[in-house]
Amino acid sequence: MTNLVTLNLRRWGPFTLLMVALLLAPLYLSDFRLIQLGKFLTFAIVAVGLDLIWGYGGMLSLGQGLFFGLGAYGFAMYLKLQSSGGKIPDFMFWSGLKELPWFWAPFSSPIFAIIASILIPALIAAILGFFVFRSRIQGVYFSIITQALTLLVSIWFVGQQAYTGGTNGITNLGSAQLFGKSLMSPEAQHGFYFATVVALILVYILCRIVVTSRFGRLLVAARDNENRLRFLGYNLVTFKVLVFALSAAIAALAGILYVPQVGIISPSSMGVVPSIEMVVWVAVGGRGTLLGAIIGALTVSFGRSFLSESYPNIWQYFMGALFIGSVLLFPKGIVGSIQHLYERWVRRSNNQEMQPSPVTTEASSPEIIVNIQPSQAKGQS
Amino acid sequence: MAVQTLPSVARSKSVTSSHVSTMIDVREVTVSFAGFKALDGLDFSMQQGELRFVIGPNGAGKTTLLDVLTGKVRPMHGSVRFGKDVNVLHTPEHELVKTGIARKFQTATVFNSLTVYENLEAAIGFQDTAVQLFTRLSTARRERISAMLEKIGLTHRAHVRAGILAHGEKQWLEIGMLLVQEPKLLLLDEPVAGMTRQERNRSGLILQEIAKDCSVLVVEHDMEFVRNFANTITVLHMGKLLCQGAVQDVQNDPKVIEVYLGGHATRSH
Repeated sequence: MTNLVTLNLRRWGPFTLLMVALLLAPLYLSDFRLIQLGKFLTFAIVAVGLDLIWGYGGMLSLGQGLFFGLGAYGFAMYLKLQSSGGKIPDFMFWSGLKELPWFWAPFSSPIFAIIASILIPALIAAILGFFVFRSRIQGVYFSIITQALTLLVSIWFVGQQAYTGGTNGITNLGSAQLFGKSLMSPEAQHGFYFATVVALILVYILCRIVVTSRFGRLLVAARDNENRLRFLGYNLVTFKVLVFALSAAIAALAGILYVPQVGIISPSSMGVVPSIEMVVWVAVGGRGTLLGAIIGALTVSFGRSFLSESYPNIWQYFMGALFIGSVLLFPKGIVGSIQHLYERWVRRSNNQEMQPSPVTTEASSPEIIVNIQPSQAKGQS
Repeated sequence: MAVQTLPSVARSKSVTSSHVSTMIDVREVTVSFAGFKALDGLDFSMQQGELRFVIGPNGAGKTTLLDVLTGKVRPMHGSVRFGKDVNVLHTPEHELVKTGIARKFQTATVFNSLTVYENLEAAIGFQDTAVQLFTRLSTARRERISAMLEKIGLTHRAHVRAGILAHGEKQWLEIGMLLVQEPKLLLLDEPVAGMTRQERNRSGLILQEIAKDCSVLVVEHDMEFVRNFANTITVLHMGKLLCQGAVQDVQNDPKVIEVYLGGHATRSH
């Protein structure tokens, strides 16, 4: 029983502490830092979704920025229509459009905008995933395909000036009104901050449920050996499509929360570079830990912010050094390294408590011993 | 020349007998890789409950036969049936497993990041839907896993990551993963490769033990092992069925002797 308590404490303790600290943040952070933190927490949400498919499932998606961006664009469309007050958005007017395009119209409903902003990226991921996974494309090829799609869509968005705002993206969202409050009012911003923290908690719990279920262990099994899993009778296509679509939906949700806190979405926030940065967050925080994704996103984003404030000219060198250093010195990431140290400490203190540990590894006369020695390397059968 | 032509015997039996029915029925299967015919109009069949050995020199098509039976390789023509109503050629690989065909790969293949227990857990849930995979394992299944751990002698290693197991332990684990699925047909690809004579003998006894519960098809290189443990042998040569029958009959068959140069040539590894 006490074992179960310590297990749960270890599993949920650090996360709970972090979330309490985040919920109390308005008490000790300036408004400037709070808005910044809110933005970084949307990054943390993306990172958790990416850790699910990369850290556990071994699928390194370089397309999370795309799903994040699509979610952000979807909600920005609503905010833009709302702030334009019945007229067509300014950038459309400048591009010579007289009427609102048909696909923009339904986004005047916030409910539709939110649902579509999550479902469309998830659907795109599912369709892409279906063809990619059915063809058994794995590893680096999967990464390249997702990156290519991201590049394609971001370039396409730049080109569609009249419908997407082109390079500038969708801007001037400040005059939008939500629940009778201006988008930029402190009340609205606090609201978005708390919504982001709650979303992060829910996403984390959801992903934790997935990875601690048998489904999650099969995800790890697929990372270890796809062939063995297939020949144990599992349809890997369904499996991977489901998880990939889930991570896309999570990224899109983050995008939805990002837009109102930043007030702008442009192709530069959804392209190749942000997608790679998302991978860096997970790598620095520690793959396959979920909590590491959150820590990584916050650490890297704040580090970047402080460095760029203090050393405006050379901060990028510091960031580069930080990434290289963390990959070389702490390949398990921040959380992974701490876990490693903790486990070593537990083992050492256990060893001190007990007598020189009784060897429990002697075989208990197995009924079946198919004692196969390391088979000699064979070219063929 | 007392070599039986077993395929026809098996087929006629499956019609008349209610106890023994045909497990596998391969007819005129041809597989070619870039012009090379790995299987060339192969006819092969096996009855329920049989322990069958398939032998043949390198390139005879033994592993390709397993690939065809598990759906990994799709032949150019021919038909393959499993049991009464499974058309192997039109069934996806993972569905074939669900109909009861389990395959042990030549090298030990387990999930290194999962524990021994979790490896068996992954295997036992193979019929579950995605939703069921979010539920806990039933007590009955947990007991089946415990029993299997006992059987393969890995109870004390249950919560150790499979990646740190010794090579032999991985082999037991993989066989355990297949047996826990309670297959109708177990396919083993050179299970005794690299073993000492003593280990080979023990493995042979175990195979006979396993064969009480399901049909077993063993692809083997080692003639001596086959001689000691096989009842019925199928000899493949250049993608074709060379001959088939009881050990002595096959051993004395001049065609086999010619192919194997006395039957000892392949024991050198």
